[in-house]
Amino acid sequence: MYDYVIGPFAEFDFMRRALVGVLALGVGAGPIGVLMMLRRMSLAGDAMAHAILPGAAVGFLAAGLNLFAMTVGGLVAGFAVALGAGAVARATQMKEDAALAAFYLISLALGVLLVSLRGSNVDLLHVLFGTVLALDDATLLLIVSISSLTLLALALAWRPLVLESVDPGFLRSVSRAGAPTHLIFLALVVMNLVGGFHALGTLLAVGLMMLPAAAGRFWTRELTALVGLSVLIACASGVLGLLVSYHSGVPSGPAIILVAGGAYALSVLFGPVGGLLPRFLPNRHLEA
Amino acid sequence: MGNVLAFRNLTLGYDRHPAVHHLEGEVPDGDLLAICGPNGAGKSTLLKGIAGVLTPLTGRIEGHVPAREIAYLPQAAEVDRSFPIDVYDLVSMGLWRRAGLFGGINRADRARIEQALAAVGLEGFEARPIGTLSGGQMQRALFARMLLQDARLLLLDEPFTALDAGTITDLTALVKRWNGEGRTVIAVLHDFELVRGHFPRTLLLAREAVAWGATGDVLTSDNLAQARRMCEAWDEDAPACAPTSGRAA
Repeated sequence: MYDYVIGPFAEFDFMRRALVGVLALGVGAGPIGVLMMLRRMSLAGDAMAHAILPGAAVGFLAAGLNLFAMTVGGLVAGFAVALGAGAVARATQMKEDAALAAFYLISLALGVLLVSLRGSNVDLLHVLFGTVLALDDATLLLIVSISSLTLLALALAWRPLVLESVDPGFLRSVSRAGAPTHLIFLALVVMNLVGGFHALGTLLAVGLMMLPAAAGRFWTRELTALVGLSVLIACASGVLGLLVSYHSGVPSGPAIILVAGGAYALSVLFGPVGGLLPRFLPNRHLEA
Repeated sequence: MGNVLAFRNLTLGYDRHPAVHHLEGEVPDGDLLAICGPNGAGKSTLLKGIAGVLTPLTGRIEGHVPAREIAYLPQAAEVDRSFPIDVYDLVSMGLWRRAGLFGGINRADRARIEQALAAVGLEGFEARPIGTLSGGQMQRALFARMLLQDARLLLLDEPFTALDAGTITDLTALVKRWNGEGRTVIAVLHDFELVRGHFPRTLLLAREAVAWGATGDVLTSDNLAQARRMCEAWDEDAPACAPTSGRAA
């Protein structure tokens, strides 16, 4: 047991770094994922992850495997798409999901075009799938900083964030906090995706946000519990995924997300809040 | 006693089509005003304008209460019923003006929340997720939230639609209690019996004001027939309205 669970982390420095990385990511991604799910933005996260890809790729092209260049590239592309789509949605008749789709597709095509213009056949596997087993000090520091900043920002903006999710009309009628709150939230999403892509890649980073939140929803009707549960599932998926990857030799990023996917599948089947199995159990209805 | 609101040649609408056309008039402080009219008469649009959600196309609304003293309950409140939050937390949102972003909720506030829940007959529902409430219970919870807002001007858009008689009686009593405390209440209503019974003044709207005054004088069959006729006309290719000053109301 020790050899199997503790051993890899005790023995290898890169596993310890990966552990810190996934735990930090899980702590930030858990609550962000819950809010995205409750704000019906589950797919918006995926769109933004696509939008980040070309930015990171351009950074990669300009400066190689440079943490700073790729992070800045990803942040710029992510913010541009999120803000552009948000601005179009608020200023015109277009709904935000349609605007977001338009913007991320443009961003994606632009990114591919820029990459091909340079004519180099660069290895973008790093950007696509991340390298959680090769996190250096600077990257780890970036991920941990993003998580800390996320928790701080969520603590400050929690009330309007929840209010805007439950009853946006009411928040509009009592305060002008709605729009800035939404922007802060989008910024947090982009930051967490950029933090996540160093470890898991742009496309899988969103998985550590959405899967734990979606799984948690089958176990509780209470917001605070839901946030705690998603953090727990995200971190547990990270640790388990690393171990699976270590022992079986499969890539760690997909392993982590697949463990989270397994947690989701189990929740769909057995979760007491609207899960499948409890629905078919012989449950007599209660007294009126 | 001054005016809470004054409409000055007010036109509100969507895509340049006016839904409220050249409205002129005042709402005195402490008024209990019903807005009646056929569907499409601009009733909801007018409330949105007062609440500041919609900007006038032309003209203006002179508000003599600050925006934060206005509480607005839209026709279809945008509450996400699937959100994991309980009745207590939903109702306590009414304290936003006092508590704001970070302010704590103290013992006095808790007492007020409990009083508000009691006032709408929702004692014992504190821990219920909002998704489990019936339509009537939800409306009671929204009224409790409005109670906590402690506003001077209350805007209710068809607050009694699809509610049973008992709920309507309870919530009407609450509306009258608010008015008795000196608050101004403007409610969009379709039930003429209810309006005649409880609302001393009525604005009959059909994009323009058909009649505005004591309820008995406004809700006559002639006026109602005229309102219906005025609302049925909708010209997709309507020409631009003549400059505002020259137009008779």
